Amino acid sequence: MSKNREPKKYMNPYLGGVLLGLVLIVAFWVSGRGLGASGAVKSVVVAGVETVAPKHAQNAVYYKQHSEDSLKSWLVFEMLGVLVGGFLSGAIAGRLKFSVEKGPHISGKIRLIAATVGGIFFGLGSQLGRGCTSGSALTGMAVLSLGGFVTMAAIFGTAFALAYFARKLWL
Amino acid sequence: MGPLVANEIISPDTNLFLAFLIGIGFGFVLESNGFSSSRRLAGMFYGYDTTVLKVFFTAAITGMLGLLFMSLFGWIDLSLIYINPTYLWSAIGGGVIMGVGFILGGYCPGTSFCAASIGKLDALAFIGGIFLGVLLFTEAYPLWENFFNAKYLGSPLLSSVLGLSRGVMTLLIILVALGMFWVGEWAEKRFARDDYKLNQK
Repeated sequence: MSKNREPKKYMNPYLGGVLLGLVLIVAFWVSGRGLGASGAVKSVVVAGVETVAPKHAQNAVYYKQHSEDSLKSWLVFEMLGVLVGGFLSGAIAGRLKFSVEKGPHISGKIRLIAATVGGIFFGLGSQLGRGCTSGSALTGMAVLSLGGFVTMAAIFGTAFALAYFARKLWL
Repeated sequence: MGPLVANEIISPDTNLFLAFLIGIGFGFVLESNGFSSSRRLAGMFYGYDTTVLKVFFTAAITGMLGLLFMSLFGWIDLSLIYINPTYLWSAIGGGVIMGVGFILGGYCPGTSFCAASIGKLDALAFIGGIFLGVLLFTEAYPLWENFFNAKYLGSPLLSSVLGLSRGVMTLLIILVALGMFWVGEWAEKRFARDDYKLNQK
């Protein structure tokens, strides 16, 4: 290993949680809604299909119901901000680096396949559950929404239940 | 006074600009806490790193308390805050599918964008997967349309379902969270690994 400068330490998680909560409160106060992520992908997918295959979009049920969705949506702008904010934090802390992060006992190729498959599941599930960890679970819990707690329990409960079977990926 | 956009204090376009700034804050805090690391996020499920639990629940509690106090001071009208509706079966079904995605992929959508922003290629693969998954949902929508819309309960609050006031509900959740933080701190010692360090203050 070369003697690169060590990346800065991560923030204290409880302090980080308070700061994340404050960002959430600002979102409520400014926009009357919480944070989200998967909704931005949905907007891009709907807009993309409408552009690439307009005939198909006119006939398929989902796109007809969501034709008012556009790229000029709150979540799209918020997620563009996430890319900038993450990059800034990484730059300040010295963590900008192209890499494939993986458990110690799998190859990079396996990791990339597992990540892609995981993304497919998460993308599908987020649409079925009307929001992901940010929009449904975190924001939902902050506003005490029943659905938020249910989705949070289902996500984390399932991941815990399957952790044993996926251990080779991570341990 | 708040929410600003609902009370027409700011315009819809200003709202979008502020969404961008809010996103910067969101991404910055996620990255500063290591949510750009799949091993850290997955550590939650093996106990060697429970940062996810600590940050996630501290944030939810801070959000709950913030809303309570701001409404008490008359700074925000809670009736104008969006409450996500509950469709019970799809909330559970979607959550289960997301849980599978989490343990395989090591990210959720927000954290994958954050990780991709600092160069994690596995996060980029995950994002590619999300797009495919969303496309699968929208294309095959008739297959799950009924399931998606089943068992609609409106937008109930956990507090009203349990017959508690907002304040008492929040207090209970804080107590539960404190218990979980204790378990998390214990787990990080019990399941610590030689090949992984927490690297945090």
